[in-house]
Amino acid sequence: MKKTLAILLVLVLGMTVLFTGCGSGSDEAAGGDGTEPTLKVGYIFIGAINDGGFTQSMYEGAMKAEEELGGQIETKYIENVSDGDISASTDAAMNLIDQGCNVIVGCSYGYMDALEALANSGDYDDVTFLHFSGNKMNDTNFDNWFGSMEQARYLTGMAAASVAKNGVLGYVAAHPYTEVQIGINAFTLGAQAVNPDVEVKVVYIGTWGDAEIEKTAAEQLIQAGAEVVCYHADSTATQVAAAEAGDVYAIGWNYPQNDCGDLYLTAAYWNTAAYFIPTFQSIMDGTFKPQSYYGTMADGLIAIDELSDAIPDDVKAKIEDTKAKMEAGEFEVFTGPIKYNDGSVLCEEGQTLDRAGIWSINKEVEGVTAISK
Amino acid sequence: MATFLASCVVAGIPLLFATIGELLTEKAGNLNLGVEGMMLMGAALGFITAYNTSNPGLTLLAAVLAGAGGALIYAIVTVTLRANNVVTGLTLTIFGTGFSKFIGQPYLGSSVPAEVSAFFARRAIPVLGDIPFIGPIFFRQDLFTYFAYIVCILSAVYLYKTQMGLNLKAVGENTAAADASGINITLYKYIHIIVGGALCGLGGAYLSIVRIPIWQEDVVNGRGWIAVALVIFVAWNPIKAFFGSILFGGLSILGMKLQVLGLDFSQYLFDMIPYVATIIIVVFATHKKSREAQGPGDLGNNYFREER
Repeated sequence: MKKTLAILLVLVLGMTVLFTGCGSGSDEAAGGDGTEPTLKVGYIFIGAINDGGFTQSMYEGAMKAEEELGGQIETKYIENVSDGDISASTDAAMNLIDQGCNVIVGCSYGYMDALEALANSGDYDDVTFLHFSGNKMNDTNFDNWFGSMEQARYLTGMAAASVAKNGVLGYVAAHPYTEVQIGINAFTLGAQAVNPDVEVKVVYIGTWGDAEIEKTAAEQLIQAGAEVVCYHADSTATQVAAAEAGDVYAIGWNYPQNDCGDLYLTAAYWNTAAYFIPTFQSIMDGTFKPQSYYGTMADGLIAIDELSDAIPDDVKAKIEDTKAKMEAGEFEVFTGPIKYNDGSVLCEEGQTLDRAGIWSINKEVEGVTAISK
Repeated sequence: MATFLASCVVAGIPLLFATIGELLTEKAGNLNLGVEGMMLMGAALGFITAYNTSNPGLTLLAAVLAGAGGALIYAIVTVTLRANNVVTGLTLTIFGTGFSKFIGQPYLGSSVPAEVSAFFARRAIPVLGDIPFIGPIFFRQDLFTYFAYIVCILSAVYLYKTQMGLNLKAVGENTAAADASGINITLYKYIHIIVGGALCGLGGAYLSIVRIPIWQEDVVNGRGWIAVALVIFVAWNPIKAFFGSILFGGLSILGMKLQVLGLDFSQYLFDMIPYVATIIIVVFATHKKSREAQGPGDLGNNYFREER
């Protein structure tokens, strides 16, 4: 008697779970303008959606895509998923798939192996995995995407050089790692386009995010004479240091967030909707083919914030002009001759670096003072 | 040079609060590894109060109560319920980290109101601030920093010059003997654990209110653990803690300074030194005859009166 009751209870419980599962799915589908969403997109975020930085730029792109493709997209997400732990990223992806997601967007490099395993497992062939910043893919449902942030860095470098009277620019950098060094080098080349004698001082802080350390590094750079500070790290602490100094400009990163008022020049950031909208559209149309996507200023994935009025008008015009050329595909950031600051050659006269060439950068260019060991 | 040393002081202040807090706790015979968690709780509640009330006084009160609240949980579990010190402390760190993320979530990216920032802005102390070299380093800082100096001096006087301080030492050194001599050990433990937690809360609030007046997760970022190591490094002495904190704070930024100067040093190297130095000190202390350098005798042991 007790046993049958127990079995019955378990069955009821199971059914409830099943039905509520269906229920919530169809509920949300019936919402909005009455059309059923064809895509349920699940995002795995490394941070929180209001972090004023990387995750917020991802999230706002997601929201824009949902709005733009009105009614066809439903968004789910999980925040603060550790990317150092393959089981955490796998759990997050499985959780989203269980909620009915048929597209999974992984927004950090460290999710790569988990997503690859799921994509190739054969169990989730109807799910499309879109991985930010990775280098793995397959032929059917696993794609990676990134962008030429060097273009935005170049333009912000131009802006920085235009307001630094003594030509000293400070750069708070996370680790001496290729992605960071590409940014430093592009920034420097842009600055040199405005003032050939510019000096970019770099401090490697040895962490992706520690606001206190970031701020201290910015303060050290300001003490060493930097009149503009810019950063490749998670928080806006560098902007805070500029604001406290009172006469030092700052350039934002990842997301157009101003934490230093009038001293904010612009920001280099990810406009992720530019990737999400066409990609989701192609998945819905059935024309999606995985690729190693490298977005550019032309696609709109790479963007800079509105230019501050502190930037002289002639330089503003020059920046707009360079931006237009980048959008038209007529301007390459890494065009020779470019030398590393140890004298070795990065790029010969007349040569331009392709994507692979850019991603093999491992030192800083001439004009940069940095110790990368 | 003076500006760099002033930066070292700034980097050392959160460590100093937490170190004195943990020092008082350990003097009472309790090893509280929840420093990191209590700092984060102070940072989060301090920030939220500042944001919602724009009142510097309430901000400080909230930070103190947050740290003290965390410590109270620890005290109940270890002193009254006699649970394992280490495990409870670690749990408190995990709890505090999660708690600060949870209650801070809606505030991510928000800034401390201008009134509060202005209150805690740097201001020079008249006369003292004008002393050459010393003045710019120590006496042109913010109110938090001056308060840290006072806490440091008061705790030294308290520990070495008062009857209560002596009693406290006895509690940590040999709880059974202290109990037999009529000291209310439970009261002593509770008070010092809670005051210690309150100081940790202030250390965290210094980071979230003064240093980085924009809320973000994990603003403490391991400094609580450095404070735990510092207590051993400075041999449970508040005056040494003052210099130790500035030294360890300085080490956390020395690599960056050298990079700016164009010297070939990695910040990774300097990030290791506090821990390596502590290990070396522990090894030496074990071989030294001095009791002082080895810490309170009953540190981390739960006390059962009936077991005597």
